[in-house]
Amino acid sequence: MLRYLVRRVLISVPLLIGISLITFGVINMAPGGPIGISADLNPKATAEYRERLKAYYGLDQPLYIQYGRWLKKMAVLDFGDSFSPDGRKVWDKIRERIPVTLGINILSMTLIFLVAVPLGIYSAVRKGSVFDRVTTVTVFTGFAIPSYWLALLLMILFGVKLGWLPISGLVSMEHDSLTLAGRLLDRARHLVLPVFIAGFTGLAGISRYMRSNMLEVIRQDYVATARAKGLPERKVVFRHAVRNALLPVITILGLSVPELLGGAVIFETIFAIPGMGQLFFQGVMSRDYPLVMGMLTIGAFLTLLGNILADVGYAMADPRIKTERAG
Amino acid sequence: MSRRPFPRLVPLALVLFALAAACDRGKERPEAGATSDVPAYGDALVEGSIADISGFLAAVTSDSASHGAAGYVFNGLVRYDKDLKLEGDLAESWEVSPDGRKITFRLRKGVKWQDGAPFTSEDVLFTYRKMVDPKTPTAYGEDFKQVTRAYAPDPHTFVAEYERPFAPALASWGMHILPKHLLEAYPDISKSPLNKRPVGTGPYRFTEWKTAEKTVFDVYPDYYEGRPYISRVVTRVIPDLATMFLELKSGGLDLMNLTPLQYKRQTDTKEFRKSFTKYRYLASAYTYLGFRLGHPFFKDRRVRQAIAHAANKQQVIDGVLLGLGQEATGPYKPGTWAHNPNVKRYPYDPEEAKALLVEAGWKEKDKDGILVKDGRRFEFEVLTNAGNKGREQTAAILQQNLDAVGIKMGIRTVEWAAFINEFVKKRKFDALILGWTITPDPDQYDIWHSSKTGPDELNHIGYANAEVDRLLEEGRRTFDVEKRKKAYFRIQEILAEEQPIVFLYYPDALPAVHKRIRGIVPAPAGITYNFIKWYVPKGEQRYTTFQQ
Repeated sequence: MLRYLVRRVLISVPLLIGISLITFGVINMAPGGPIGISADLNPKATAEYRERLKAYYGLDQPLYIQYGRWLKKMAVLDFGDSFSPDGRKVWDKIRERIPVTLGINILSMTLIFLVAVPLGIYSAVRKGSVFDRVTTVTVFTGFAIPSYWLALLLMILFGVKLGWLPISGLVSMEHDSLTLAGRLLDRARHLVLPVFIAGFTGLAGISRYMRSNMLEVIRQDYVATARAKGLPERKVVFRHAVRNALLPVITILGLSVPELLGGAVIFETIFAIPGMGQLFFQGVMSRDYPLVMGMLTIGAFLTLLGNILADVGYAMADPRIKTERAG
Repeated sequence: MSRRPFPRLVPLALVLFALAAACDRGKERPEAGATSDVPAYGDALVEGSIADISGFLAAVTSDSASHGAAGYVFNGLVRYDKDLKLEGDLAESWEVSPDGRKITFRLRKGVKWQDGAPFTSEDVLFTYRKMVDPKTPTAYGEDFKQVTRAYAPDPHTFVAEYERPFAPALASWGMHILPKHLLEAYPDISKSPLNKRPVGTGPYRFTEWKTAEKTVFDVYPDYYEGRPYISRVVTRVIPDLATMFLELKSGGLDLMNLTPLQYKRQTDTKEFRKSFTKYRYLASAYTYLGFRLGHPFFKDRRVRQAIAHAANKQQVIDGVLLGLGQEATGPYKPGTWAHNPNVKRYPYDPEEAKALLVEAGWKEKDKDGILVKDGRRFEFEVLTNAGNKGREQTAAILQQNLDAVGIKMGIRTVEWAAFINEFVKKRKFDALILGWTITPDPDQYDIWHSSKTGPDELNHIGYANAEVDRLLEEGRRTFDVEKRKKAYFRIQEILAEEQPIVFLYYPDALPAVHKRIRGIVPAPAGITYNFIKWYVPKGEQRYTTFQQ
């Protein structure tokens, strides 16, 4: 197992470098550049200013030197300084967004799993029933509805018409003057709509996945045997079937790791949530190369980590895989 | 929408303006019972901004959100008043020498930085030096580089000398003055803590900046013009305009700029009127259809005039702005001193357009009705930036208008950076739909002068007219307003005659402000010029939990 792990980690290093090289190339090929943000269509921005700014950001060097510099910094985990006029450290910018995105994604994923897994199980057990059909329609509606539209509808209903929930942001104006309990409640109220939207629109995948896994499993011989032994249906489903059907869900959990920090642009924009999605979008739009590189590197790292974790989890759950791959 | 609270004239110059998007109707919490309308200190004003700021030092930022925020904390030597005329800010007065090459500013006495240090001419000299320092990453250094000598003969006098008279230079002293004592230790001011925690001389003190969430400013009671009434200003970052509008209606915001759709259709309700006052005045911007003048079709003035006659500007205004705008006749806003109201106009007249096209040699030979000349069909493509609904709709209306006179116009929208870098700078376009913001100073040398046609320069259409060149020079080389007026009036006549671009419309600015906020007096400069006089009567104050 350890050898397998070490090998996987070692392979990841050149893979990460390869990914960073491609992303570096791609963002540098995109039209425009960081200088354009302040200089384009600005009569006060002379050619000299452009040159000076290019030198300031090191953009006057050939691309391979720029990439080399970036890589050298990354080797000591320095993400560099943002090209935005605040000139802050890229890592500082990312770090302050991580808790927000992580928090919301963990909440919404917990919600998704808590709702989707039972829904999937029940739909499979009662395949073809009214419940199954209604669930199918509901979760696919959630999947198909544009989150932007649904979010606006709920904002109008709960925010404007009923005045029950805040519309956007993470805390209210009075947040700082509230008691601890008041602050927690304030934050929770702000999270209701975003977490619901993220959860509702993401329900379909997991619940359908769980349903098909379940259907697969309850057709197996050992489930039939369990039933034949005269075990009550509850025990057959929960003791024998569900445990096995849940196994592949581990993979999904592993693959969800990068999503935890990924953030969603549209969703964060509608709810004015200062998360990673918004940061990445702004970084790309302003051609903030160090920021974009930093975020993509973290994304790539988490994706690889997620894959490794999923494989390890799978290997632990199913010894056949371990022997096959490590052998 | 982001706004500039004090048009203190950070020389932002010309930036493209963006029109906004949509949403719906709603309710507002009822106000407390009737109160007397007496100015009172206290309360907070919450405004919305689509973008976060990037720093507080206007010299090193270039976005309007940052400049707006910096305007609460800093002052320049001069600023524009409600009628868009220059007046003293940190400078009590100024004199221009008879030869126009020396400006002497007399500074206000008794002004203090928000940390208690006195403001002196040394601060102005320091700011000037930073503006021309190669280590300062500023896009606004050019006007200051024209200064040949700057000095501070005493703590309350600052002198700037120029090689030649340069009228826009006066306005350039609206640049925010920086505190020398807090910044001299930093070779690169953009890396100084002041860019994140500013200390200025302005009406509000920096309190908090939560990235991508909000900025908070509290009143600076010792402000030289007197303590502002509103005690706190909060700018919330809400990147989505539809969400911003819902926040306004639910009471989460007190001020935002409405879109024409919101102004006309979604706020015309009793509930909205009960809680908000809507304002309407001409924005300092115009939208135009520009031609690449080197293009064989557009070299002929008669063709451009024909297109001006064929373009139904009123239809564009009604369709795109829902009537909330005015037909444009030139690059200056009506109601300002540089605007010439008597230039040649091009009323919608397809017959006249056709006649002009025939005169220019375009004949209808094609069976589909498209005009032909020397075997070439009159077909061209107009480019505009993707994501700007107003410009896309404008293009669609113009397409129909031109089709009616036998011209086929294709429409292409391109992402902003690609649009600028791959098409505009490389002059790879037939025509484009764009807009300019109009600066209070009428100098438009960079847009119209024939020397400004390089790839990174702003005369993208390649306009060249010797008389306009001469008049642009004349206009910027004198401080005499009458002489300048004469030059700019003539420029407008020439542009109207030649139609190098078809001036389409000046849109209206449409802010809505919560009714509890009083003291707002709309003027040519907009509504925020007298922000420190805005107030909320005691009984209507909403936010009282913070220290006042």
